[in-house]
Amino acid sequence: MKIQQLSLFVENKPGRTAAPARLLANEGIDIRALYLADTEQYGIVRMIVSDWQKAAAILEAQGYVAKATEVLAVEVPDRPGGMADVLGALDGSDINIEYMYAFPYPRGDQAILIFRFNDPDAAIAQLQTAGINLLTGDELMKKQ
Amino acid sequence: MNSTLETAVTDCHPASVPDYVPVPELRYLQLKRIQTVVMRAWQQVKLFRSRMDERGLQPADIRTLEDVARLPFTIKNDLRDTYPTGLFASPIRDVVRLHASSGTTGKPIVVAYTKEDIEVWTSVLVRCLAGCGLHRGDIIQIAYGYGLFTGGLGAHYGAEALGAAVIPASGGNADRQIMLMKDFGVTAMCCTPTYFLHLIDRAADLGVDLRELPLRAGVFGAEPWTDSMRRHIESASNIEAFDIYGLTEIIGPGVGCECRQHRGLHIFEDHFYPEIVDPETGEPLPDGTEGELVLTTLSKQAMPMIRYRTRDITMILPGTCECGRTMRRIARIGRRSDDMLIIRGVNIFPSQVEAALLAIEGTLPHYQIILTRAQGLDQMEVQVEVTPQMFNDKIGALQGLQGRIQSALDHVLGIRIKVALVEAYSIQRSEGKAKRVIDRRTA
Repeated sequence: MKIQQLSLFVENKPGRTAAPARLLANEGIDIRALYLADTEQYGIVRMIVSDWQKAAAILEAQGYVAKATEVLAVEVPDRPGGMADVLGALDGSDINIEYMYAFPYPRGDQAILIFRFNDPDAAIAQLQTAGINLLTGDELMKKQ
Repeated sequence: MNSTLETAVTDCHPASVPDYVPVPELRYLQLKRIQTVVMRAWQQVKLFRSRMDERGLQPADIRTLEDVARLPFTIKNDLRDTYPTGLFASPIRDVVRLHASSGTTGKPIVVAYTKEDIEVWTSVLVRCLAGCGLHRGDIIQIAYGYGLFTGGLGAHYGAEALGAAVIPASGGNADRQIMLMKDFGVTAMCCTPTYFLHLIDRAADLGVDLRELPLRAGVFGAEPWTDSMRRHIESASNIEAFDIYGLTEIIGPGVGCECRQHRGLHIFEDHFYPEIVDPETGEPLPDGTEGELVLTTLSKQAMPMIRYRTRDITMILPGTCECGRTMRRIARIGRRSDDMLIIRGVNIFPSQVEAALLAIEGTLPHYQIILTRAQGLDQMEVQVEVTPQMFNDKIGALQGLQGRIQSALDHVLGIRIKVALVEAYSIQRSEGKAKRVIDRRTA
């Protein structure tokens, strides 16, 4: 259920996000999801890619500091309240969302939420009890 | 008072009498005082005594001024290694003041003064200010920091003893400094030269023309500055700018100062014995040759310094000054023989930055110090490469890291600097080593 997300430290300067994306594209690595968390000075590029170990090796060889983090991918109906239902399932627990981002399918009526929880194992148990569908890495890559 | 009389009074300030002592008497006085201070340090300071023993030297072996070259050097790290009181030659009940300045790593270096030491310090500052043509009736604003830094209190005691009206403005708050200068009719400023440049710019912003104020002199020190800076200051504010020299380890400001001839800084040789040595070999160099300034305190009680290596590169100017003072002069200091940086008058070593970074994460990331000057004020930025160990994919964690680095550096350096996290390998290396300091300040 846990998915490896790759995070990169980049300075907040023109072209700093494009360069790693180009590196991965040249090696045939598919970026399924990408989210940029930024401050005035620097940012963190978070991405889910087709082969995270290869991607990490490619980036590290070029001097990037890359780090794998375990995240969860949750499938929800792409309609008002879809996300609220998922968050509601966590109410009353000690599970904390450290960050999250969302993206819709290009076709279809589902959306995907990516979560980093302080306690991923507890979150998996809680969400599954509530009947919420968690995607594996392979499923996430295949969904188009 | 007519102007001729005023000039006479200025030039013959009673405190300045020792400035004109005949050379043979001065050399005799220096020898007697060196013999006394060496005996005192030998009796009271364990480190000095063990170094004398290593050389097989006794205080009685110092029979002439030439013998001074046989004495062991004292270096800045000696003050750090014996922190806080290891070099004190007086019991704490005789100490009336402590000051501190940056050491080369985490701990500051501490200096102590007895009542007599404060009197000597005050007297040399009176001689500095009198040599700059200041006297009773002047209104002197002190914009050096008051506190552990020697600049503020040192200049304050001197200006007050001179009989001037003193405004203890301390550092910072340029608008208030300018208001005080204007409203009180300040006639002389004591501060760092870069801070005065900032005041010049700020005054222009505020629509205050410094040239129209009664201000007529500035006594600038605590950092090296150039003749081109002097020309700029003098034309922008219509004052006479003087260079004052000193260092915490010796006493603070007042070791030497320019007179109105502006041809080098007179060292108050009756209290501070100057030598120039080759910075590589430590061998004494003759007057007129550039080298490292070495100073011995001749009358310090609480903390005598024997042959202290200042790391300041200068020369003793040959010949006598037209002002008639017999005190020898050193050339203005332009550079140092170590990597010490002077930022807004504060001494900073790259090794302090390194020690602080090492303490935070347990490993030393690549870093670079970038120095710039904005509005006449030195700015220091420390760029730190984010290593895999330091990297965390939560923004809050990175901001926390940046905050920890910031507060550790502020704490160790004593001044506010800027911290930037940068990508790994973004700092240029030459032969595998990053250049630690990029100085983009132009005087």
